[in-house]
Amino acid sequence: MRNPLLDTNFEACTKCTICTEYCPVSEANPAFAGPKQSGPDGERQRLRDASFYNETLKHCTNCKRCEVACPSDVRIGDVIALAREKHAKRSFSPRDAILSHTDFTGSLCSSLAPAVNFVCGLKPARYFMEKFLGIPAWRTFPKYSWQTFRSRWFNGAPPQDEYDETVSFFHGCFANYNNPSLGIDSVRLLNALGAGVRLLEEERCCGVPLMASGFFDDAKKNALANKAEIERALEKTDKVLCASSTCVMTVRDEYPDVLGVDNAAWRDKFDLLTRHAYRLLERGKTPRFKPLEITVAYHTACHMEKLGWSAYSIELLKLVPGLKIILLPSQCCGIAGTYGFKRENSETAQKIGEGLFSDIRDSKAELVVSECETCKMQIEMSAGVPCENPVTVLARALAG
Amino acid sequence: MNNEKLFLGARKRVRETDAIIIGGGATGAGLARDLSRRGFECVLFERGDLATGATGRNHGRRHRGARYAVTDQVSAEECVKENSILRKIARHCVEETDGLFITLPEDDLEYQKNFIVACRAAGISAEALDPEFAKRLEPSANQTLIGAVKVPDGVVDPFRLTVANMLDAVSHGALCHTYCEVTGILVENAVATGVRVRDNLSREEYEVRAKVVINASGIWGGRVGAMAGVEVKMFPTRGSLLILGHRLNRLVINRCRKPADADILVPGDTVCLIGTTSIPIKFEEIDTTVSDREEVDILIREGALLCPEIETARKIRCYCGSRPLIADENDKTGRSTSRHIVLLDHETRDGLKGFVTISGGKLITYRLMAEMTTDLVCRKLGKNVPCDTHSVPLPGSHEPPDKILRKIAPLPPTIKAAIVHRHGDMATDIAAEGASATSLVCECELVSAAEVEHAVDTLAVRNMTDLRRRVRVGMGPCQGELCMSRAVGILADKGVCPPSGCPGELASFLVERWKGIHPLTWGETLRESEFIMWLYQGVCGIGPSDLEPGRVPGEAPGEAASTETPPGAPPG
Repeated sequence: MRNPLLDTNFEACTKCTICTEYCPVSEANPAFAGPKQSGPDGERQRLRDASFYNETLKHCTNCKRCEVACPSDVRIGDVIALAREKHAKRSFSPRDAILSHTDFTGSLCSSLAPAVNFVCGLKPARYFMEKFLGIPAWRTFPKYSWQTFRSRWFNGAPPQDEYDETVSFFHGCFANYNNPSLGIDSVRLLNALGAGVRLLEEERCCGVPLMASGFFDDAKKNALANKAEIERALEKTDKVLCASSTCVMTVRDEYPDVLGVDNAAWRDKFDLLTRHAYRLLERGKTPRFKPLEITVAYHTACHMEKLGWSAYSIELLKLVPGLKIILLPSQCCGIAGTYGFKRENSETAQKIGEGLFSDIRDSKAELVVSECETCKMQIEMSAGVPCENPVTVLARALAG
Repeated sequence: MNNEKLFLGARKRVRETDAIIIGGGATGAGLARDLSRRGFECVLFERGDLATGATGRNHGRRHRGARYAVTDQVSAEECVKENSILRKIARHCVEETDGLFITLPEDDLEYQKNFIVACRAAGISAEALDPEFAKRLEPSANQTLIGAVKVPDGVVDPFRLTVANMLDAVSHGALCHTYCEVTGILVENAVATGVRVRDNLSREEYEVRAKVVINASGIWGGRVGAMAGVEVKMFPTRGSLLILGHRLNRLVINRCRKPADADILVPGDTVCLIGTTSIPIKFEEIDTTVSDREEVDILIREGALLCPEIETARKIRCYCGSRPLIADENDKTGRSTSRHIVLLDHETRDGLKGFVTISGGKLITYRLMAEMTTDLVCRKLGKNVPCDTHSVPLPGSHEPPDKILRKIAPLPPTIKAAIVHRHGDMATDIAAEGASATSLVCECELVSAAEVEHAVDTLAVRNMTDLRRRVRVGMGPCQGELCMSRAVGILADKGVCPPSGCPGELASFLVERWKGIHPLTWGETLRESEFIMWLYQGVCGIGPSDLEPGRVPGEAPGEAASTETPPGAPPG
């Protein structure tokens, strides 16, 4: 098999260091040597001798802002992820296993949702979690939903066969276990744009939290399973859509680049929901929106920045009458998926997000809009302003 | 190892000594070590920096004799023996990588059989591998190979080796005078009695008397011989090497055929290099010869046959040196060269007492060459002291790396690994505390400010290029883009150059680096050099006019004016 490192273009690095300039972690945590040192520079050393691997690579949040900044098209985040996969010391951590195996944790917590949500709100329980698992007690946990999105769907979804076209919907873990209304809103929006929706027969976590905690083998298993399901879905529909920026980035880019799972045959057909919605709009589908007299602040999540597709969501939001949109400067909120849930990172995570939080508070927006589910958790906790996916905002504005 | 910090840079002048060594390559440094350990006073004169001739620039990285097994049994045996010694005495300069001799479809498999037989005869364990196994063992090797032989092999860092020898010599009383050029040999009544020297830094000239004058000046041996009125016939051939951006291979990859152009790919430090070519040049050209584009083409084309990735991999630089090939004394026609060690006692050969030439050989046999020469000096001066350079480790090689690593606990693992790789047990002399210990000067090669300060303080650094040879500053893919401005600041702080001399120092380093970049200016290498130009010419305003008149790029200011213009234009 071809060495994936060779595809990272790491030799194109001109050492300009702009990646480190843009790295949210380098600024907040001096222990991290920065993307240039950890990525292309470090790789040359590691190719000589594995003893040059530095455990500080774990500080990388895989936000990909370095890759966006790089003028030489070096896939710096991938270099770091591949190095971690190859060299990082593996030690089993129950916390990391719980946080990263979202399907397992999600189905367990959903089935016990009221109890889990209640217990996770209790001080002694949080003390226990901090003490024994290393999850900071002050960190707000996402609520689990009593009924998953999938079970709701299969227990009475509106009929989907009366539309001109059908698309497949990849709901992602967060919509399934924590925020089923995002799944429902996605379906409503697509229906309003004249597209019927079907789910994949089976869906697993895209794998991003697994990679973040070093479970590369499990991530690859999920990737292969999802690949098979996506290919099956594409026999019946032209597109597989997902509302979460991170799931989209992972399935499109991380599958081939980090996990070595080939998706060339269908990469372009796995799309961000708002991007496809915009295309439907271009094709003349016009949903009817009712006025929504609120001010929202649009936050560009890191993986949205990497995809480069914020404009699609923003253009859609502009169609809602009365909606006032403030564009926040693109910056990392610090949570980076499960990163901020780990005690050793939590301080860095909050420090990274400070700028964004004060921008949000200064904006006086009533609602923050972002495609990323963990940005939502972080922003709601740290800036004290609710945060929703643009799909939810658009669905709320749908007339009738 | 004693705790006394070794120091190379002393410029203590003496009027008289036992032996004068001309040339600061591996042989000269090895000689200084051997002579001083056997109780002789000696002074080494080198017109530039240590390891600037063939030692540092001509295919010096491989150290097993397998390559010569078929064509040159004597050299092969010498290499085998010296290699096993180096593994003991210079472990911080040597890396065991093992080597692969591959046979491609266009090569004759018969050669492989002869090769294995010849290797074994020379005492080299050679093992034919199943081609499929060989491909998996070294995935970067050409996957069309039809045969492969694995031999023990490794690489040696010539700069580190030379400096370690010199440090040991200095600790035994030898004097190391770099940037001191021998301008004449004093001959009285058919006896060489000393040398006339010009200090290229202060431009002062003086004379030093000695009982023996040893010409260890490699390819310049002919010129030095002529100063003493004896003929030493050299056959300069240019050998070019191409450095690639990172290690493509783990094992040294060779073609299993008669040695030819560009048939060896050697991993070393953070890079790997493909070499070499062999082009006869005129003696007058030895100081100015540069690789041409045709050689670059040969190196890439032939190199890609060893390792196809060479075609697309980033090329950092192309450089060349002159092989110190010396005429075979046994050949009356004077046209053939000797591949072996040539030790000329000019007393018996030319009737000139007190003058000795040591030449030929290989980098790997430098110690043996020094031993043979010192034995001769012993006979001449009537001293009978046995050689111990084969059993006593060099400074830096007293302790194994894992033990040294434990001694320098507080540093980040990458910096720790880098300094132990470069300095062996001398890494403990480098400050491990304070901001300079963790601030990187050269990010490509992981050189901390503390390491630069250590080199400037103790390793006779007179300019940026010397610093590069000591600690690899500016040897990475960017060729000094970020580190040179940081390093020059430290040089100025330490008084190596005045603050006003910094632009000149940078210009000199830029031009010297450009020399090796300009045959490769396409693709990533071109982008990088453009970026360097924006930074140093565009932002800092440094240009060719900052170079002191007459200064040879890469060498110290005050260097005797050389009329040759530097090859290639400076950037911009």
